[in-house]
Amino acid sequence: MKTAISGREKSIVKKGNKKKEILCDSDSLSGSVSQRACVYCGARVVLNPITDALHIVHGPIGCASYTWDIRGSLSSGDELYRNSFSTDLKEKDVIFGGGKKLSLAIDELVQIYNPALIFIYATCIVGVIGDDLQAIAKAAEKKHGIKVIPVESSGFIGNKSAGYRAACDSLLKLIAPEKPLETIPGSINLLGDFNLAGETWIVRKYIEAIGLHFHTAFTGDSSSETLKTATGASLNLVQCAGSMVYLANKMEEIYKIPFIRISFLGIEDTIGSLQTIASWSGDQLIQEKTDQLITDQLDGIEKEMKQYRTMFTGKKAAVYVGGGFKAISLIKQFRDLGIEVVMIGTQTGSKDDYRQIESLVGEGTVVVDDTNPAELERFIKQKGADLLVGGVKERPLAYKLGIAFIDHNHDRKHPLVGFEGAINFAKEVSWTLNSPVWEFV
Amino acid sequence: MNAKNVNINPCHMCMPMGGVLAFKGIEKSVVVIHGSQGCSTYIRRHIAEHFNEPVDVGSTSLNEKGTVYGGEDNLKKGLENIIRVYNPKMIGVLTTCLAETIGEDIKRMTETFIKDTGLSHVQIIPVHTAGYSGSHSEGFFSSVRRILENTVIPSEPNGKIGLIIPNISPADIRELKRMMKLFSLPYVVLPDFSDSLDGVYQKQYLKLSPHGTKIKDIQTMSGLKAIIEFSATLQDDLSPGEYMKKEYGVPLYRIPLPVGLRFSDQLISVLREISGKKAPKMLLEERGRLLDAMIDAHKHNAQGKTLLYLEPEQLYATISLLEENGVGIVLAATGSEYSTIAKKEIRQKDRLFTGADFDLIFKEAEGQDIDFAIGNSDGRVLTEKRGIPLLRRGFPIHDRMGGGRILSVGYAGSIQLLDSITNMILDKKLTSYRQQMTEKLLEPLKNGAESRGESYGDKI
Repeated sequence: MKTAISGREKSIVKKGNKKKEILCDSDSLSGSVSQRACVYCGARVVLNPITDALHIVHGPIGCASYTWDIRGSLSSGDELYRNSFSTDLKEKDVIFGGGKKLSLAIDELVQIYNPALIFIYATCIVGVIGDDLQAIAKAAEKKHGIKVIPVESSGFIGNKSAGYRAACDSLLKLIAPEKPLETIPGSINLLGDFNLAGETWIVRKYIEAIGLHFHTAFTGDSSSETLKTATGASLNLVQCAGSMVYLANKMEEIYKIPFIRISFLGIEDTIGSLQTIASWSGDQLIQEKTDQLITDQLDGIEKEMKQYRTMFTGKKAAVYVGGGFKAISLIKQFRDLGIEVVMIGTQTGSKDDYRQIESLVGEGTVVVDDTNPAELERFIKQKGADLLVGGVKERPLAYKLGIAFIDHNHDRKHPLVGFEGAINFAKEVSWTLNSPVWEFV
Repeated sequence: MNAKNVNINPCHMCMPMGGVLAFKGIEKSVVVIHGSQGCSTYIRRHIAEHFNEPVDVGSTSLNEKGTVYGGEDNLKKGLENIIRVYNPKMIGVLTTCLAETIGEDIKRMTETFIKDTGLSHVQIIPVHTAGYSGSHSEGFFSSVRRILENTVIPSEPNGKIGLIIPNISPADIRELKRMMKLFSLPYVVLPDFSDSLDGVYQKQYLKLSPHGTKIKDIQTMSGLKAIIEFSATLQDDLSPGEYMKKEYGVPLYRIPLPVGLRFSDQLISVLREISGKKAPKMLLEERGRLLDAMIDAHKHNAQGKTLLYLEPEQLYATISLLEENGVGIVLAATGSEYSTIAKKEIRQKDRLFTGADFDLIFKEAEGQDIDFAIGNSDGRVLTEKRGIPLLRRGFPIHDRMGGGRILSVGYAGSIQLLDSITNMILDKKLTSYRQQMTEKLLEPLKNGAESRGESYGDKI
């Protein structure tokens, strides 16, 4: 497709046009005004919900300042993760090295907070000035007798996905047991759920209701204790595959824990996921309980959903979100509400994700990877979208274009997973699409 | 213990943040941040959330190769793409920690770019804004200074007054302009993001705001009659006005932000001096109204105790308003380390902290009776953990609407700020006095009655 920015052509496809695969998982183009954040951001998003971890950002102040308690992950216990610690490197540290300051910072923080676990994030300049985080972490572990794990998240080593991998590598270090754990039958880890507005708790409720054991989430409302027992689970569920499929693969390879991909966004995917889990168990009783859960839950929301299903007929949606699984579920969720997705894209979707996306959307739908405000504007107008799904940066653009907006990011304050999440989603669509404000526009 | 080697919950942001805000105030300008992708995205996110306006900022998306071999190719490509999509009149090229650490010579690179491409309709301003060499407040002023250094040309006197502002709200900028109009004085505000960051809904969306300081008005700032710079706490070498004074001999008045009666009077007296005119009737009336409001509220204010954390210039001006109204200051803090605020006349100098983080604010507030705090949204932890209500002022305000529409300058703005402050004090008092008096006065009576084997309220 013709684009203003050269090099972006291969990242945009229109369904129905001659068959070509979208270019994705590549570095952002300079000057393209990508909506992506950096490696550090990717790593921090994944690890931040671990509630009893102390997160030290080794670098200048900005990286810690911009990520202090801006996410909506909830905790059932510790609140340490809601702080931002920075070594606040200055010019002289950049010249003479910041390693010593980091070691002293760890000593001070251990004395004040006595944490069970510390993550040290490398920022851009750390990768350049060459502070040896591995050695510093090792020395601190020995000195304080706690886990100190470096996260290789220098901003320039790749895009946000590289940050996900860095976080997963750090998690692998954390979960490694001293001696192999005994596998607990019917016990499940949930990977790629961050307990935004309590979403992990909703999934946990379902898992327990059908008679299985919920082990730990990666990483929503998890702690160093729950994560250390993760290798004793008998199944990994992978929701946000973009961030966690790497970890799932590694856990299968090292600990022989199989994984299945699921998604609890929207009614269709929630039902499908529950059924997949039940059939994995091979247990008749669990199957029955699952069917019962689905019936009960559907009964509970059916009346309300029915109202919403008639409200939005003929409306068109544009979707631009971080990961592939969200995009895929959203297509189905909108279809359930009678809304057609006319433009869709992700920051970090994989080739697999895009194949699924293309198979689900209608002819003529524009699919974009790592897009930017200029392209969003162009396709929203061209396709006549009435609504955009996105994050904080996309929201004002939608409003300036005079269309509705759905917040679908880590800042959300109401859960969007499961049956109750589907209702919340429909409600939000109605708040924005049916607002009287559009009468004046 | 106090942590000396670690910042716990930051109270400031980094240099490029201030730079982006400054460039938002120049007509048809856009910023390219030379570094890895995250810097521009985080900055866009914060600004978008405070103002509810789209903020497009380019990044040169430096990768490993660019970091090892230099990022000139990235910068060149980034500039080309930005020009193609946005067709700007001015591009600010801001560096990051990464670019500065690997020693990128952006001055030479941008000069080469202009020479090679032969572009004449776009001006490129390189600014060194390493995140580790100052806070966003310093980034703001150094960007404004670099814009002047790169844009101003010798020109004939034009009789206009220049207003150089710190990071204040669009509503504040509009108020300053209104005051200038009431004085019938022609003016240039630099930077002027009163429209670009608090836009009007229009049928046609424009990627770049046509509003902001006109570049031709910046070019001819050498011909200004005088410059008023709200920079009482700024180091001289960062002051854009000092540059204009030294380079072009433009008379410079460096005064505090006109917040409160005294500091607003100071602006009026400078305007009178420059113009030789009397203060307009409407402003005098507003002054009278402010004084009236101060008298009306003085007893309430005398009972109030607050803590505040703001950017240096806002901090100094707000302290002055609190002092002149008799509101107690438990502590006043700023995240910036470089401001000269500590040299200013402030009554309780021992309660002033520069280079602060929230850990320090919590420790200094420990055990103190505080009615409310004044500062940006990050202070919501004070409410959550200490039950101290927060009067949201400054930047960023990311958990409430209308950050860009908060007015605090001039007599009119000071009335609004003062009323908000007094109402915080009243709110605390009116929601707690019944319980307090009951506990203090009624409980002993009840206990006394009980000890006599009676019950309070029994008929005699």
